[in-house]
Amino acid sequence: MRKLLLLVLFVSVTMVTYAGGYRVSVQGQRAIAMGHTGVAVINSAELVFFNPAGLVYLENKLNVSAGVSGIFTDVVFQNEGLGTSSETDSSVGTPLNLYASYRINDWMSVGLGVYTPYGSEVTWPTDWTGSHLVNNIDLAAIYVQPVVSFKLSDHFSIGGGPIYVTGSVNFNRNASRTTTDIDGNRSNITIDDSGVSNWGWSVGAMVNLTEDFHIGFNYRSEIIIESEDGVATFANFPNSPAAPPNGDTSFNAELPLPAELTVGLSYEHEKWLFAFDYNRQFWDVYESLDLTFGNGQTSINPRNYKNSSVYRFGLQYQATEKIALRAGYYRDETPVQPGFFAPETPRNDSDGFSGGLSFAVTSKLAIDASFFYLRFEEVDESYDFGDGGPFGGTYKSSAFAPGLGLTYKM
Amino acid sequence: MINNNIKYLAVLALGLVACEPEFDNPIEDAGTYSSGEADFSNYVALGNSLTAGFADGALYITGQENSFPNILSQQFSKAGGGDFTQPLMSDNVGGFAEDTNTFPPRLVLAFDAEGNPGPERFTGASPSTSISANLGASFNNMGIPGARVYHLDFAGYATLNPYYGRFAQSPTATVVDEAVAQNPTFFSLWIGNNDILGYATSGGIGEDHNETENLDPSTYSVEGYDITNNNVFAGAYSGLVAKLAANNTEGVLLNLPDVSSLPFFTTVPFAPLSPLDPSFGPQIPTLNATYAGLNGAFAFLGVPERSIQFSTTGASPVVIKDESLTDISAQLVPVLTPSLGAAQAAIFAAQYGQARQATAEDLLVLTSSSIIGQLNENRIAELVGFGLTPEQAGQLAVNGVTFPLEDQYVLTPAEQASVEAARTAYNATIEGLATENGLAFYDVASDLAQAANGGIPFSGGVISSDFVTGGGFSLDGVHPTPRAHALVTNGILDAIEAAYGGNLTRVNPADYGTITVSNEVN
Repeated sequence: MRKLLLLVLFVSVTMVTYAGGYRVSVQGQRAIAMGHTGVAVINSAELVFFNPAGLVYLENKLNVSAGVSGIFTDVVFQNEGLGTSSETDSSVGTPLNLYASYRINDWMSVGLGVYTPYGSEVTWPTDWTGSHLVNNIDLAAIYVQPVVSFKLSDHFSIGGGPIYVTGSVNFNRNASRTTTDIDGNRSNITIDDSGVSNWGWSVGAMVNLTEDFHIGFNYRSEIIIESEDGVATFANFPNSPAAPPNGDTSFNAELPLPAELTVGLSYEHEKWLFAFDYNRQFWDVYESLDLTFGNGQTSINPRNYKNSSVYRFGLQYQATEKIALRAGYYRDETPVQPGFFAPETPRNDSDGFSGGLSFAVTSKLAIDASFFYLRFEEVDESYDFGDGGPFGGTYKSSAFAPGLGLTYKM
Repeated sequence: MINNNIKYLAVLALGLVACEPEFDNPIEDAGTYSSGEADFSNYVALGNSLTAGFADGALYITGQENSFPNILSQQFSKAGGGDFTQPLMSDNVGGFAEDTNTFPPRLVLAFDAEGNPGPERFTGASPSTSISANLGASFNNMGIPGARVYHLDFAGYATLNPYYGRFAQSPTATVVDEAVAQNPTFFSLWIGNNDILGYATSGGIGEDHNETENLDPSTYSVEGYDITNNNVFAGAYSGLVAKLAANNTEGVLLNLPDVSSLPFFTTVPFAPLSPLDPSFGPQIPTLNATYAGLNGAFAFLGVPERSIQFSTTGASPVVIKDESLTDISAQLVPVLTPSLGAAQAAIFAAQYGQARQATAEDLLVLTSSSIIGQLNENRIAELVGFGLTPEQAGQLAVNGVTFPLEDQYVLTPAEQASVEAARTAYNATIEGLATENGLAFYDVASDLAQAANGGIPFSGGVISSDFVTGGGFSLDGVHPTPRAHALVTNGILDAIEAAYGGNLTRVNPADYGTITVSNEVN
C-alpha cells in the first residue's frame, strides 16, 4: 500500500527544454536575403560561417561584415475538442553576426566570426494548457570561431577552424498538469544557466570550376553543451515529503548542437547570381533530454529527433553599380517526429521566403538589408510522453525577421 | 533611388503584417460550438455538496473552482454561456472560523515519520470563513453541502445550514425559489445523495423511513442519519423539477450513484486482523480459548454460525454487532453461568447477544480504521462499573476483537439493502421526471459503478474508486476529486448533446488534480 502510494504520489518532475529544431538561420544579411545560401558564394566575410575555404578568394585584403536581425515569432495553438487556445507572447530575438577576414598573402587568409546559429525564445501564457511542458524558454548559443583559409590552386581551396561556444538557458515549466500547493498555485521549476562552454570545429572546401561557377562544401561539428553549474528553482511545491523542497538546487543536463553538412553551388551570369545550398542537419544526436537535479529528482524527456534536410535557393541581381537586389526561398524539413512535438519551439516543415538588397554607400562600405518570412504549415501534432498522457492540438507558427548589416572592404 | 528604398520598406512592412499566423478554422470563430436547443446564457446549479464542490471533508476555494458546475459553465461559455458565480469560501483551508468542531478544515495527505501516508486535518492556517456573515447575493452555484431533497424547498433551511445561511437572501428563503428568481435559462439538479448517504456513512444507526413509513421529514433525524421515504423523495423532487422547468427551461438531472462502492465503505477490509500484528498475534490462542466457551453456547443455542475464531495463519474478520440478528443475550446467561459465574455470564451475554464475525458482505466504514484493535475507553468504564477489574475490563474492550464493533462502524447487508432499495426508487423517480419534462438525463450512477469496477480510462491513466490512489475520490472517501468532477462534466455534456443537440467542448481529466499532499498537520 505504502509503496503504491508513494509511486502514485511521487510528484514527477519531468522537464522539457529547448525546441523542436532550435537552429536559427540568420548568419549573414546577404545570405539571408538569398534564402540563406552561401556555401559556394564568394561575396563577403560571411564566408567565415558559410565556408571558410572561400575567404582566400575574396578580392579585398580586409573584409568585414556585421549584421543584426530582429526575429519576430508567433505561435498559435488550439485544441478544438477541448476548446482551448493559446498564443505565444510575440518575442523579439536579436541575433548578431560579425565576421572579418584578412588576406595575409596570396595563398592564405585568416578570419574571425561571431554568430548565433542556435537559439530559441518562446513565452506562452503562464499556466497555459501546455504549461507542464513549457511556460517559457530562452536559449542562446554564441559561436566564436577563428578560421584560416588556404588556396591550393586557383580552382581549389580549403579552410576551417575551431569553434568556441558559450551558451545560456532560462527555462520554466510546471511540474505536472496538476501539482499545486495548498492554495492551488501550480508547482513549477525554473532552470537557469549561462556561460556554458565547449569546443567544436568546422572545415570547408571550395572548387572553382570556372571563374563563375563554384561548388562549396562545409561541415560544422556537433557540439554538446553540458550544463553543470546552473541553478534549478523549485517553486510552489506542496510542503510534503512526497514533493521536492522549494528553493534552489543544482542540475545537470546536456544539450546537443547538431552537426551540419552543407554542399552547394553558385553560378554567376552577367548581372545575375544563382546559388543553391543543401543542408543536412544531424539532429539524430538529440535522442532525449535528461536532467538530474541536486535534490534527487530526475527528468527523462524523449526527443528522438531525426536528421533533416534544408533546400535553399538564392538569386542576386546587380541592379545598378550601387544596388544589388536579392531574393531566396528555402524548404526546411522538421527534425521532429510525430508524437514528439513539444511546444517549446513547435516547428514543423516550413517554407522560407527572403529578400533584401545591398546599397554601396562608397566603394568600401555597403549597407545590407534583409528580411525573411518563415511560414510553418498548420499541423495537428502531439507530445506523447509528458505527465498525464499526450498533449497536442493544432499548431501554427510563423517567423519574420528584418535585418540590417554593414559590409566593409578595403 | 529614394523611391526604390520606400518601395522596399513597404515590402518589409507588408511582411510584418502577414507574419501573424492564423488557423484555417480558428475555434474563436462564431459557429465552432453551439448550444443546440439549449440556452446556456444563465446557468444555475442546484444540489448538495457534490454541486458545491465540497471535497476532503470541507468546502474551500479550489474545490469550488473545480466543481462540476463551474467546469461545465466554462464549456458553456464557448457556446453562449454567461458568467457563473459561486459563493466562494474565504480560503483554501475550509471549515468555518467560529465552529471548527462541526466544520473542521480540509483533509490533506500527510506522511508520518515512517513515511506512511494518511489523511489528516490541515493545520497550516486557520479557517477564516465566517459562519454568520452573509455574502449578500445569489449565486449561480446553489449547491448546499448536506442538503437533502426536501431541504431545497424548505423555508427556514438557511437557519439550519450555514452553507446556505451565508448567502440566503432571507431566513425564510428557499434554495429553489432563489434559483428560480435568477431566471435561469438552464439548470442542473443533482440531489438525493444525502437522503441515503447519511444513513450509510453512520453505519445504519438511523431509521429507514421506507420501513417506518414516516412521511414527515420534519421528524427525521436532525443529524441526517435516516433514509428518506421514497414517496417523500418523489414528492419533493417533482416539486423541484416543476419549479425549475417551468416556462420550458432546459436542464439536466443526475441520478444517484451506489454509495456502497464509495471508498468510504470499501477501504477498510472486513478481515483486517493480522496474526503478524505484534499487539494482536500473540493474543490469538488466549482469545480463541476464551471464545471457545462462547462458541459452545452459540452451538447449544442453535446459532453455530455466530462462532468467533481468529486464524493464526491469515487475517481474521473483526467481531461486529449486527442489529439484524436476534438478540440472544437472555438465553446466553444461563448457558454461560456454569463456566463463568453469574456476574461474568451477564456481561458476556450482553456483549455478544448480537455478535458475529464480519463477512465479505459487511462494509466497514472508513472511520473504523482508526479504532479497530484499540481499547474502547467508554466500554472499559462501563465494565469497571459492572465490577470488573480494569485489567479484566481492558481485555473485554478491544474494538472489533473482544468488543464487537458498534453499529455505526458497520454497514451490514440488511442495511445495505435498505439503502439500495431507496436508491433504486429515487433513481426511477429522477429518470421518469427527466423523460416526462423533456430534460437531459445523466446516468452518473453507471459511470461511477465503472470507476468502482475496473476504473475509467482516460488519456493519462485510469480513474478508480480506490482510496487515495484511485484519483476519483478525495480524502473523505465520499466526495469526488477535481478529476472526477471533470469526468462528471463530460458525462453531463454528453447527456446535454443527446437531449438538445449542439456541439460542446469536453475537458481532459488529466488536467484536473486529485488529492493534495501536505505535512502542515499537527
